[in-house]
Amino acid sequence: MDNVKIRELSKIATKARILGLDAIHSANSGHIGGAFSAVDIMTVLFFETMRNIDPKNPKQPNRDRFVLSKGHGTAALYPTLALRGFFPIEDLKTFRHIDSYLSGHAEMNHVPGVDMSAGSLGQGLSAAVGMALAGKLDHAGYRVYAMMGDGEIQEGQIWEAAMAAGKYKLDNLVGIVDYNRLQIDGTVAEVMPLEPLKEKWKSFGWETFEIDGHDYAAIAQVFEDAKQIKNKPVMVIANTVKGKGVSFMENNVNWHGHPPAEDEYQRAMAELKKALEDLEG
Amino acid sequence: MNTIPNRRAICETLMEKAGQDKTIVVLCSDSRGSASLEPFAQAYPQQFVEVGIAEQDLVSIAAGMASCGLKPFAASPACFLSTRSLEQIKVDVAYSQNNVKLIGISGGISYGPLGMTHHSTQDIACIASIPGMRVYLPSDRHQTKCLMEALVADDSPAYLRVGRNPVEDVYTSGQCNFVMDKATVLQQGKDITIIACGEMVREAQKAGEILKQKGISARVLDMYCVKPIDRQAVLDAARETGSILTVEEHSAFGGMGSIVSQIVSTCCPVPVVNMALPDQPAIAGTSRQVFDYYGLNASGIAENAERMIKSSGKIYPEH
Repeated sequence: MDNVKIRELSKIATKARILGLDAIHSANSGHIGGAFSAVDIMTVLFFETMRNIDPKNPKQPNRDRFVLSKGHGTAALYPTLALRGFFPIEDLKTFRHIDSYLSGHAEMNHVPGVDMSAGSLGQGLSAAVGMALAGKLDHAGYRVYAMMGDGEIQEGQIWEAAMAAGKYKLDNLVGIVDYNRLQIDGTVAEVMPLEPLKEKWKSFGWETFEIDGHDYAAIAQVFEDAKQIKNKPVMVIANTVKGKGVSFMENNVNWHGHPPAEDEYQRAMAELKKALEDLEG
Repeated sequence: MNTIPNRRAICETLMEKAGQDKTIVVLCSDSRGSASLEPFAQAYPQQFVEVGIAEQDLVSIAAGMASCGLKPFAASPACFLSTRSLEQIKVDVAYSQNNVKLIGISGGISYGPLGMTHHSTQDIACIASIPGMRVYLPSDRHQTKCLMEALVADDSPAYLRVGRNPVEDVYTSGQCNFVMDKATVLQQGKDITIIACGEMVREAQKAGEILKQKGISARVLDMYCVKPIDRQAVLDAARETGSILTVEEHSAFGGMGSIVSQIVSTCCPVPVVNMALPDQPAIAGTSRQVFDYYGLNASGIAENAERMIKSSGKIYPEH
């Protein structure tokens, strides 16, 4: 990936962070830390990797699909979808407001571009398995991407889905663990350790890759590499930073789900706008 | 006596349709034998998905398939499907409006001797309370077939519960008078209405005959459509017969009787008595033994109907 492309993706992701921060500020609630750890990956997926995505025809049958299993990551997903053209950017101001179609967790029937509703953790990988199975049955060429939180994979159903994907050799399925190492009550290692994570997925029949989840070139490359893997599903363990992009939010568990106060909002916005100016300048 | 359980009628319908309709898929959780779906798995291996003993995965996978335009039928014992997978039913099926048909087999106390872990006597309450979920308890194999044909043809989620054992026919083949989401009148009557669903329908039908011999004119309704319930049939029953007795293989809380009572008390208050399982784990035993123990049989229904009529002050000819 050339530097021009990297700069372009970086600008989009920074804009998405600005919009996500604004949405959370406007709602006075929302999950900012896990949105900012995941948004670079979503940017690459929606602006580089996923095929047959058409904002004018969001349910196009042969599109690649994206399941945000960590359904609270809407402060990343909704800005990404809005920037991609699925719905007006100004609607993000209604995030979590009364009677808005942009509620706190991903909702497939109200939000164009959302392929599966989520919010109750641990279910999205199974749904993605179902989509991938349907693709095999229909001989459709689409691919399915499912993003999970690291804390989320403590849910038992994830491992039911992991077994099923291995059994059915779903090489049209790519899972992504947003491994920011923090969950609402502390570090993942303290709450319920996942390691050895790679080996776990491997033993369930998955090919695994490990990347820096903020390196656009690496993200794009891993999804290309995944296409070469046959007869098994692929799990991308993406090492990420919770709150990435705002210095005082990074790696700080307090930013899992609480909104910034006015001065914090101003400081965060100043940092993100400065980053965007630098990219545009 | 009929020896074909309702679950086999489900498999037969799916097999009839799956040849032409390649969007039909069946999912099981190590339950193809108990669901009588082995013939389907043999005949249509490409349209059959085995997920292992993983009911939550079963439902979410089915939802994912439905989101891609397939018509999944997910079959698993009702006890596990209805409560272990309730979160997945709520979010991935109902809330997401994914066209998944959930087939709860061996429902109610079908697995009587296996004990309360295998009883599903809360499934109506749990699933009917979820917006967007429909709940059906067909009474016999003929009605099950009619219902399945309707469910294959429509595109909304639903839960269907059947028992394990063959049940006596309520209808004769081709004469179900089946209209989707409308109660079937098994016997006209003016003194009281007995409303039943699932395996209790045959008992209610027999109770209607017992009462007839005593000179009591009982209307008997097969309310296989627990949700959306046939409101009009309930209100007509209240207005025209003055009292209602409901009978179901379910907890007294939140079942078909609760739904009937709610409608009647709101729109046309008349006495309603709910016959159901008590608020305690059901005893273990064969279905017949358990039904008899709790009076959920023809004579128990007839006795309750008589008692209601007597307490209402209506007078009937003695025989």
